[in-house]
Amino acid sequence: METLIIMLIGILVAVATYLILSRNIIRIILGTAVFSHAVHLLILTMGGLKQGNVPLLKEANAPYTDALPQALILTAIVISFAVTAFILVLAYRIYQDIGTDDLDELRGAKDE
Amino acid sequence: MKINDVILRTISRIVVFIILTFGVYLFLSGHNTPGGGFIGGLVLASAIILLYLSTDLETVQKSLPLDFKYVAALGVFLATSTGFGSIIFGVPFMSQTFAYFDLPIFGVTELTTVTIFEAGVALTVVGVLVTIIFSISEDGG
Amino acid sequence: MNNLIVLPLILPIMVGVVLVFLRPYIKLQRVFSLLTLIVTAGISLLLLNIVRTDGIIRLDFGGWEPPFGILFVADSFAMLLVLTASIVTAICLIYAFSSIGERHEKMYFYPFVLFLVAGVNGSFLTGDLFNLFVCFEVMLLASYVLVTLGGTKRQLREAIKYVVINILASWFFLVALAYLYGTVGTLNMAHISERVAEAGQGPLLTTISILFLIVFSLKAGLLLFFWLPGSYSVPPTAIAALFGALLTKVGIYALFRSFTLIFYHDTLISHTLIGIMAAITLIVGCMGAIAFKDVRLIVSYNVVIAVGFILIGLAVGTETSIAGSIYYVIHDMIAKAMLFLLAGTMIYLTGKSKIDEMSGLIRNYPLFGWMFFLVTCSLAGIPPLSGFVGKILVGQGAIESGSYILLALAFLSSIVVLYSLLRIFLNTIFGETIISLEDEKPMKMGMIIPIVLLGIAMISLGLGAEFISDYVTDAAHTLANPSVYIDAVMGGNK
Repeated sequence: METLIIMLIGILVAVATYLILSRNIIRIILGTAVFSHAVHLLILTMGGLKQGNVPLLKEANAPYTDALPQALILTAIVISFAVTAFILVLAYRIYQDIGTDDLDELRGAKDE
Repeated sequence: MKINDVILRTISRIVVFIILTFGVYLFLSGHNTPGGGFIGGLVLASAIILLYLSTDLETVQKSLPLDFKYVAALGVFLATSTGFGSIIFGVPFMSQTFAYFDLPIFGVTELTTVTIFEAGVALTVVGVLVTIIFSISEDGG
Repeated sequence: MNNLIVLPLILPIMVGVVLVFLRPYIKLQRVFSLLTLIVTAGISLLLLNIVRTDGIIRLDFGGWEPPFGILFVADSFAMLLVLTASIVTAICLIYAFSSIGERHEKMYFYPFVLFLVAGVNGSFLTGDLFNLFVCFEVMLLASYVLVTLGGTKRQLREAIKYVVINILASWFFLVALAYLYGTVGTLNMAHISERVAEAGQGPLLTTISILFLIVFSLKAGLLLFFWLPGSYSVPPTAIAALFGALLTKVGIYALFRSFTLIFYHDTLISHTLIGIMAAITLIVGCMGAIAFKDVRLIVSYNVVIAVGFILIGLAVGTETSIAGSIYYVIHDMIAKAMLFLLAGTMIYLTGKSKIDEMSGLIRNYPLFGWMFFLVTCSLAGIPPLSGFVGKILVGQGAIESGSYILLALAFLSSIVVLYSLLRIFLNTIFGETIISLEDEKPMKMGMIIPIVLLGIAMISLGLGAEFISDYVTDAAHTLANPSVYIDAVMGGNK
């Protein structure tokens, strides 16, 4: 199971790398989103994919899974959500103010 | 283009209440079973966003005259101040406590300080999500 | 247990949130934010003294003992940085009062500065690697907003690059965390260090350490600083000064912490790599500082040079050189804030940013001119100013361990720093004045006072090196002997 998931992570990272190398801002943002999904899966897999109960007091008699990776992922999801929202708004503002979504046209001016 | 969204509007009027109830349920069940402030807040926010999708921004703002930025700020304040409370009581930061109370209607109820923290989280999530959606779509291009 | 440790994180956040509600009342916002920072500085001074008498203190959140819970650890290194960060931010805020403008102040400027400080303080204090990531993100999100605040085209253009680079860096951070968790099964820094010591730092752990090196280098601007000059030169002066003073220092702190506490076994690979990276950073930073004519860019490249210099102390890795680096980090926070404020004031006064377009400012604003001279001397390391002690200690450490190439580069870079700043000084401050008496903009008191305050801080840091040497020696001792830190964290409740 771990091998399968690791391969999936590899595919996701490949896709994200392809997206992030393009010049279009929206594609780059999508790329960062896919990146974050890949790393969430990675954290889950590195913690070990075991079957077991939820780690809650009521179910204490059964073997339970490691809760830490899930807590980490939840935090990471919240952070990546906030960052993605911010960068989307930023891209929108850039499109409004500068009128482009092409990173080539967002290079610094020559005289600086 | 004006689209005919009678079905969406009729259904969402009912569904919004179901979603809101489910959100509150998730929030309250979060202590000893899966659930909690974060996903409860997400579900509550999705109800508001559904309202916005089926009607429009003005209607939603008229019926919910809240500045959601302040909702988010209030949530953060609530969550951090529960941590602050433990400083006043001289126990480690973010300590929690709970007790059982015999309430008139509910019977014996477990009340915990985590719930206050979780309420803060839920408010923050609702506030931030709705603010983001509104600010992206305000001058809808 | 001491709940005071969490206040440098929680106090700015709570006040920041309250300030969101006080949006229309600018005066009140100013008073509150300044007071918060002063109180934070006071608390960190108190904690610094507690640490000196009682040793390292820690706070387990919610009473969960390490390694199970999240915790904050206050040692001398962290507390010195928290103290300096609070003071520098307070002074930058005073500068912002008169320069940032009402529009910014109503766009939640003060709350975000406070969130930034909270993130920075949290990163210094935390004893948990994932918590470090979270505090980094709090700091970065606030910095994203501050970079774009005002929304000019230049700012937006640089902000998107800054944000994307930092998202990628955070991604690498998470990847490194996942690998580390998979390998050692814990995230508490002291516990990781124990486990690494038990298992031995094999090739796998060294690879992970290099991943962390990449992440923190991106944040600190060590070799991977290509994003830095652009994004540090666009925001308003007060914000640029904050960035120049604080943000790279957090990366530097993380590098010091992780490579002295966790990955200190296999110095042949990781510390050599740090040395090479620091050397290249110095060389390229020096080229940048000489090549450009825009004041803001010259100043930004000076940040890069300082990062290279500080990291030489880590690459050499003796207790003396680490102490030198700690001195230099504290000095650099003050000096860089002052340098950015001076450069911004220069642009405000003349309306130009190229050094060959300005001249003779000292005739119009003598105090301002001499302050620039002061910071130039200090950054070049001329005694008795604050840069001297750090440079001499790093040099001494390098001689002790025989790293003569790094030693030569470090001191050559000081000459380049002196040259690049003297070039600004001779071009803009000396010479015939270009501003006639009628056109002369009056120097605002709110601008010169913070600069003078930073100047005083710099002189007293140089003259009072004797006073803080106790704290710095203790901090260097903790960094050089990881067991001190581990015992304090894992050694049960005191």
